Amino acid sequence: MSTTTASATAPAADHPTAPVKKPDPARARRRRRLSQWGFIAPAVIFMVLFFGYPLVRNVLMSFQDYSPSTFFDGKAPFNGTDNWSKVFQDDLFGKALWHTVVFTIGSLIGQFGIGLALAVFFTKRFPLNGVLRSLILLPWLVPMVVSGIVWRRILDQDTGVLNSFLDTFGAGGATPWLTSPGMALFSVILVNIWIGIPFNMVILYGGLQEVPKELYEAASLDGASAWRTFRSITLPLLKPVITVVLVLGFMSTVKILDLILALTDGGPADSTQTLGTLTYQNSFVQLDFGAGAVVGNVLILISAVFAVFYLRANRSEGK
Amino acid sequence: MATTTITKTPAAQRPATSSKRRWGATVAGVLILCVMLFPLYWMLNTALQPKSGLLEVSPIPHGVDLSGFTSAIREQGGHLLTSLAVAFGAVTICLVIAAPAAYGLAQFRLRGTRTIVFGTLITQMVPGIVIANALYSAYVDLGLVNSYFGLMLADASLGIPFAIVLMRSFMVAIPKEVIEAAEVDGASRLRTFVQVVLPMSRNSLITAGLFSFLYAWSDFMFALTLNTTDDVKPVTLGIYQYIGAHVGDWGSVMAASVLSAIPAAVLLVLAQKYIAAGITGGSVK
Repeated sequence: MSTTTASATAPAADHPTAPVKKPDPARARRRRRLSQWGFIAPAVIFMVLFFGYPLVRNVLMSFQDYSPSTFFDGKAPFNGTDNWSKVFQDDLFGKALWHTVVFTIGSLIGQFGIGLALAVFFTKRFPLNGVLRSLILLPWLVPMVVSGIVWRRILDQDTGVLNSFLDTFGAGGATPWLTSPGMALFSVILVNIWIGIPFNMVILYGGLQEVPKELYEAASLDGASAWRTFRSITLPLLKPVITVVLVLGFMSTVKILDLILALTDGGPADSTQTLGTLTYQNSFVQLDFGAGAVVGNVLILISAVFAVFYLRANRSEGK
Repeated sequence: MATTTITKTPAAQRPATSSKRRWGATVAGVLILCVMLFPLYWMLNTALQPKSGLLEVSPIPHGVDLSGFTSAIREQGGHLLTSLAVAFGAVTICLVIAAPAAYGLAQFRLRGTRTIVFGTLITQMVPGIVIANALYSAYVDLGLVNSYFGLMLADASLGIPFAIVLMRSFMVAIPKEVIEAAEVDGASRLRTFVQVVLPMSRNSLITAGLFSFLYAWSDFMFALTLNTTDDVKPVTLGIYQYIGAHVGDWGSVMAASVLSAIPAAVLLVLAQKYIAAGITGGSVK
């Protein structure tokens, strides 16, 4: 590379008429560009290493045979589609996929519904509104694995406070929230709804603040009922925010791992195993990183479909 | 002036009912808050009753028994310090990388800017466990498994895309003239950034820093997957392994949980406006 530039500049130096000291504008521009790229390059390199590389590596890994000895001898031979057929033939994959769907949809409906109701509630003006609204964020800020562990204690079948509370009303005092395969997924969804409500509420509240007050005044002059006003004014104007909230909620819910590990570890009898926990189990418990990569790739594929939705929503919303 | 008098009149006509109704909403709001915060109250309550063990916990602690906290600090104190060190390291990496990039993407008209912003948005959708899956073997090769630096880097990845998107949306609003004026005065590009741009973007810098701190502090997945020994164990991992080993000792598990929730609580009280700005700014813009 350096030789070509040297030979290219050599004839130019021979030219006696060439201006000597005058700064070359093209070269100055190139230098400016370079120093500008210096600001952006570290972030680009970081993101390529921590997001781009794992994406590519996961695809490769899904065609490789990893075993516990791989990390000693470094051998992970390619094995065609063995991992894929093994994972897809296992009943557990279908179960985990189904649990992921139920978990994600259930969580989103609950978080969004309650979050929207609370957001509407907090648009009322009343004393202490701001304080209450910000304190409600606390569950969302506590480490998720810690929330999971706290709920594990609350939902304990024999000595948990939820069952003793229900007991005082003579209703379902011995519900096996986390210990019966039929209940566990439902309970995990409940806890995740609790975690997600604050996030939904804050963003939807922000969206509601943007709705022009005059529209509500006009509607009330026209004698529209509260429900009618909500349906015909609030919801349509809130639509872009709703899309963003649902897509972001989807992204964080579909890949969830911390909460389920803390509550049930995927059990009992795999009844709360999702694609996220299955990836973890395959790779980091069974040390079969190839099978883990297969499940991970399915997870990426699902996320990618929704990424398209997100970008559409982002684009239509502004600019 | 005229408008204020007009709006005042109807309110003055029905002061009693309206203020009563408003306090009624406050009562409802407090009830909602109580339901939402109950699990956290229960965490504290259980932590203060270490003797209850596996038995039912009384709704209110009888007296103050801090032995749960002393054993939590004995068992988890080191892990709390690890969490703190890792989180501060991650925040530093995150801001050092994200702030210049946010500035560059906001103000320089470089080719490829749009692609990079697009890529930044996309990265937020890559599931963490997928990253961990590939990162683990790379970390083994690089000798970064069981290292502070390795975990800091991984945790920084949780905050960097968010920080870039958030800070960029603030830095776009900095007027071109301000930056040009600084450069005409002879300041280099780097000095303009440090002495003009960063002070002007202080708020977004704080918000991005706070969130990357909370992300790193709350991280469990990278701690779980990128560590094979006890050398680098943040408190999230510590508590998780603790319940596996000491099922009966709920008092000190909950005390450790309370301690791990303190940063979130403190930040919420002290930096409330930044938190609110981060949640709306980072997601909607």
